[in-house]
Amino acid sequence: MRPKLKFLDDELIHKITNEAYELLENVGIEIHNKSVISLLTDHGAKLSSDGKRVFLSHDLIQKALDSTPSSFKLYDTNGNETADLGGYNVHYTPGSCAIYFLDSESDEPRHAKTSDYLRYAKLMRKMEYIATQSTAFITNDVAEQISDSYRLYLSLLHCEKPIVTGAFTDNGFEVMKNLQLAVRGSAEALASKPVSVFSACPTAPLKWSDISSQNVVDCANAGIPVEFVAMPLTGFVAPITLTGTLVQHTVETLSGLVISQLTKPGAPVLWGGSPAVFDIRYETTPMGDIGTMMIDCGYNEIGKHFKIPTQAYIGLSDAKHLDAQAGFETSMGATLAALAGINNISGAGMLDFENLFSLEKLVLDNQICGMTHRMLKGIEPKEDFPSKSLFEELISEGHLLIADHTRKHIHDEIHFPSAVIDRANRSRYREEGGVTLKQRARKEIEQHIAEEMDECLTPEIRKELENIMLTEAKKNGMDSLPKII
Amino acid sequence: MTNDILTQLTQVLQTGDATAVSDLTKLAIDQSIGTKIILDDGLIAGMNIVGERFKKHEIFLPDLLFSAKAFYAGLEHLKPLLLKEKIASPGKVVIGTVQGDQHDIGKNLVGIMLEGAGFEVVDLGKDVSPEQFVDAAVETNADVIGMSALLTTTMPVMKKVIDLATERKIKDQFKYIVGGAPLSDKFAKEIGADAYCFDTVSAVECVKGFVKGK
Ligand code: B12
Repeated sequence: MRPKLKFLDDELIHKITNEAYELLENVGIEIHNKSVISLLTDHGAKLSSDGKRVFLSHDLIQKALDSTPSSFKLYDTNGNETADLGGYNVHYTPGSCAIYFLDSESDEPRHAKTSDYLRYAKLMRKMEYIATQSTAFITNDVAEQISDSYRLYLSLLHCEKPIVTGAFTDNGFEVMKNLQLAVRGSAEALASKPVSVFSACPTAPLKWSDISSQNVVDCANAGIPVEFVAMPLTGFVAPITLTGTLVQHTVETLSGLVISQLTKPGAPVLWGGSPAVFDIRYETTPMGDIGTMMIDCGYNEIGKHFKIPTQAYIGLSDAKHLDAQAGFETSMGATLAALAGINNISGAGMLDFENLFSLEKLVLDNQICGMTHRMLKGIEPKEDFPSKSLFEELISEGHLLIADHTRKHIHDEIHFPSAVIDRANRSRYREEGGVTLKQRARKEIEQHIAEEMDECLTPEIRKELENIMLTEAKKNGMDSLPKII
Repeated sequence: MTNDILTQLTQVLQTGDATAVSDLTKLAIDQSIGTKIILDDGLIAGMNIVGERFKKHEIFLPDLLFSAKAFYAGLEHLKPLLLKEKIASPGKVVIGTVQGDQHDIGKNLVGIMLEGAGFEVVDLGKDVSPEQFVDAAVETNADVIGMSALLTTTMPVMKKVIDLATERKIKDQFKYIVGGAPLSDKFAKEIGADAYCFDTVSAVECVKGFVKGK
């Protein structure tokens, strides 16, 4: 039996979704994009007299729900299937877009360089429990204006895993689309084997900005999957109650769904989000708050009710270092998310309210993800009934260390974490240098990065990517791209 | 008696009781306690205490907002007198999120807190161009231009605002404060801003420092 976690009963799900329909029909959504407004009104949506709010009928929403795929797949840069997002499947992704990078030596945040990103990308190839990569942080050795597309460029060049990413601007989107087209070769190939997921964020409360709504349309047209990332903040720009916040999340996400499905019926989407309990004491948006995690799991159930694959920014921490808080907030989130069956779980490696990325934490989080994957396999009987002969063997031998039953099942029953997790007794721990978690994580990072790895992509494609990026860099005042060593 | 009313005013302000603040302000006006004295030693003194308690985490954001609302209930009665007696506002801040950036939550909070501290705030919203910033600052005769950016891609717009003011030879008419997750003291210095503020408390303190002795 796959273990499952639920916060909402059917009755509450119905109440929340009905309330959302009611709000979409009568309060409406504010949209700051003329062509998106026309798209909706052309399909019968009503417009407020000031031309700003669009009211969506239950029928229109139902039509969008009916055409939304209940699952879709992601493929790596070589075209191999990597993740099947649907049902109760669970895949992990690193957190996305950090502004700072935690320096291994000083343990202080700093701006990242291209060389840091290359280490990250290489390391991600070896993170076996984290199925997809993300454009995890930005580097500051390129013009700020291209900081969004440059991450994707480096990711495509140096790690084959599909990428969770997002554009900051309209221009950013075009460049990022062209980079992916270069990898796949044609628009059709890209649409049939998506290599990325783009985030598109409604603005709380009940709003879509010009850029973000345009992103939804552009992605649908290009066949690029979108994760809707609504961010209601409880008691601030959303009701203080978790239920009220879920109502708002449903409204904001459904409105995105309608934009996407009217643009192109069948466009792949994730019912995602990054809501938070707003901490009024510190003016912050804690991702490690238990209420935040409950809202995430709750909206995932609503997504599942609609039969839409889900995503959440959960399994990350607000701590500033790789400390106990970082560990407990991350594993609490990752465990809850896995049990809830969130299909794409974004967060590994991330600290400080999605602002700070740490390679050491990525390596630890990979182990957390590994443990949750084991957990999801549940407790299944395997040649356990009848057990008489096994117990007779145990009694006569005094142990089962070399029993056939043990040898057959040891690896599918028992999950052995890497040496990042301390399992030594004290004496051995001392003898091996008494190294801390951070030191163990660093050692693993260096081991992975030192490994020989094949180059990703063909030389022709690599060259094409470079040309696209260089053109953009030149438009923004750079003579050349940072050297890749 | 004067002291009594003003002390009471500072006290009710802390409880966020808008009706009581409104009544006491009217009473103070009726008793001819000077307009500037009511403002400085009553309303602003009260908000300063609230601000200090907020800074020490003794009270939280909603408490502070209640007090700010009450402050405005009192200020409404003083406004016509302030105008008539030509008493300048303690300072005016033009604030906005820079072009290309939709993040306005932090900027809004800073605006609310600055108002709560008695400053006049002209909120230009989000996605604000350099021209809009500079034009608005000139038109409203502002003391401070406050800019917010949460995206690395939009940070450079802040420099454009300051460059535009320099180009128009009016840079020194204003102080420039900036805030948002990707910024730092260093960045503020590099673009020629006067200060980087990491939260509402630091923003209020900063503006107070700039308009002091104005
Ligand atoms: C909420 C949020 C959103 C909301 C914003 C809603 C709104 N109305 O503002 C929505 C969902 C719309 C959104 C959209 C996007 N977001 Co966003 N968002 C956030 C998030 C989670 C929290 C920001 C927030 O409101 N914090 C709470 C407030 C109170 O804090 P604050 O903003 O820092 O403000 C305080 C101080 O900085 C300071 N301050 C701020 N401004 C000012 C101004 C002055 C004058 C002064 C003195 C002080 C000051 O005082 C404030 C009060 O304490 C941050 C992560 C983070 N932790 O910052 C990401 C984040 C900023 N977003 C990010 C991204 C990438 C995006 C998108 C591009 C995603 C996408 N692909 O679509 C889009 C942006 C589109 C666009 N062009 O703008 C990234 C930026 C990464 C980067 N390298 O630049 C971040 C860091 C998250 C991440 N790691 O991915 N986002």
